[in-house]
Amino acid sequence: MTIQHSRPAIAVTGLRKSFGDQVVLDGLDLRVPRGTVFSLLGANGAGKTTTVKILSTLLSADAGDVRVAGHDLAREPDAVRAAIGVTGQFSAVDNLLTGEENLLLMADLHHLGRGEGRRRAARLLGQFDLKAGRKPVSTYSGGMRRRLDLAMTLVGSPQVIFLDEPTTGLDPRSRRDMWQIVRELVADGVTIFLTTQYLEEADELADRIAVLDRGRVVAEGTAQELKRRIPGGHVRLRFVDPRNLDAALGVLGQTSRDSDALALRVPSDGSLRSLKDLIGRLDDRAIEVDELSVHTPDLDDVFLALTGNPTPEKVAPR
Amino acid sequence: MSTPALTRPAPLRLYPLRDSMTMLRRNLKRMLRYPSMTVMLVAMPVVFLLLFVYVLGGTLGAGLGGPVSGGAAGGRAAYANYVAPAIILMTVTATVQGTAISIAMDLTEGIIARFRTMHIARVSVLTGHVLGSLIQAIISLTLVIGVALLVGFRPTAGPLGWLATAGFLMAVTFALVWLSVALGQVSKSVETASNLPMPLVLLPFLGSGFVPTDSMPAGLRWFAEYQPFTPIIETLRGLLMDKPVGADAGIALAWCAVIALGGYLWSRRLFNRES
Repeated sequence: MTIQHSRPAIAVTGLRKSFGDQVVLDGLDLRVPRGTVFSLLGANGAGKTTTVKILSTLLSADAGDVRVAGHDLAREPDAVRAAIGVTGQFSAVDNLLTGEENLLLMADLHHLGRGEGRRRAARLLGQFDLKAGRKPVSTYSGGMRRRLDLAMTLVGSPQVIFLDEPTTGLDPRSRRDMWQIVRELVADGVTIFLTTQYLEEADELADRIAVLDRGRVVAEGTAQELKRRIPGGHVRLRFVDPRNLDAALGVLGQTSRDSDALALRVPSDGSLRSLKDLIGRLDDRAIEVDELSVHTPDLDDVFLALTGNPTPEKVAPR
Repeated sequence: MSTPALTRPAPLRLYPLRDSMTMLRRNLKRMLRYPSMTVMLVAMPVVFLLLFVYVLGGTLGAGLGGPVSGGAAGGRAAYANYVAPAIILMTVTATVQGTAISIAMDLTEGIIARFRTMHIARVSVLTGHVLGSLIQAIISLTLVIGVALLVGFRPTAGPLGWLATAGFLMAVTFALVWLSVALGQVSKSVETASNLPMPLVLLPFLGSGFVPTDSMPAGLRWFAEYQPFTPIIETLRGLLMDKPVGADAGIALAWCAVIALGGYLWSRRLFNRES
């Protein structure tokens, strides 16, 4: 056996939390290696924000064992706080101060010393493209505010960063900027715990993804692994006349009927050759196909397949 | 990234004083950026002072009893001396009303959640407000006492009396600010936070602040004599007019200690509760 040199950045076992009789987290298990991006993917109300609040010491858990940056969350919350940074979905900036003052406030609270604080603030203002650093935050755009928020989190050089839906409500351009920033952070060796309801975001950024549904992890793995967990690509054929459908069933063999419509799913890799072959065989028997569409699996399919509703068979053609 | 291991202090030490000063600087900046509230809080006691001295003072002064020479003008002069301590106390209550409002405003902003996830002395978030309010109270009190002197307030206190007054006012402010920090936290909205401390503003009226308590009906008089603001006002009056303060000072300081401790403990508990 090899000796594991680095303990995980986050290790969660059997985490439970209820608000009254509403169970929000129902036995969560997570393990995030150091220096990686881990994404918790889920719909609204799946328990993502509650998880972040517990891991960042804002809320206490009802049960479970949590270690963050090697420290027990229940016994050493101060040590955890010293090691983490949090950027939530609601901006945690002081609107009456300027961007620079916000960063200096963080530097003071980390006891950095005047010179070091100023240097770090100036560097972050440049790095995060916050040239309006001397204007009050109340005049900032949504994207700038979110960048400042993250910059403030970075003043203390945290080992583990929690990003709770960091791009919710941002325009596509700001979202891509934020993604770029996150990639650069990981290159510096920071561990990132990212929650998102955007599959694309998890796909873009995360080394590992856990799909959260009703307070439970229903699947975990790399984006590739998750994609493999659902049926592969297929061609969907829709018919007007049931007799054509029956004829096609006879010809094509390995197919399945789609549940609702007069439609068939034919396994396919989506290549031109396989499509030509398929169309050729249908043409030979003069079988009328009303509509043909090609499907390749993506995380949406995985998500819907795993969280159960709606079923992948009902996924609309894209 | 620079080298965090070199620049960071030992990770588990807390610096409550340093963090409180940082939070104080933040609050002072916020006051400067949002001055309308500060101005309103000073303006209110000044308006009340002018109202009571010029509109009501002539008549109320005549009703104070004792020899009044010079008719309405003499009554007004006597009343200015009588009402000034109440107005001074009102300056304090207006300031702490501002404390409750700014605490409630702060709690609606996400930055408080950020502070909670940071390794800082938590209480500094609150002590920063307390210190800020004390500074604001000093400025407001200076202004209001200055206006009172201009409209005919003639205190007879010597330097020692003024020093005692200043110390006493700080004790009262300190106590009421901590109560207000709790009231600001318990409020669900900024509107509630501006209303909850209202009783503090009204209590001087239901005491010896504006008229002597013996002119009130029995039930009200009983309340007026035992509520904390009456000994506070009487102490203030005694100190400023160079009269013996007697038991009132002890009772007033005891009230301050109780209110400060209760307010502090309540505030701390509220701040550490989970959101």
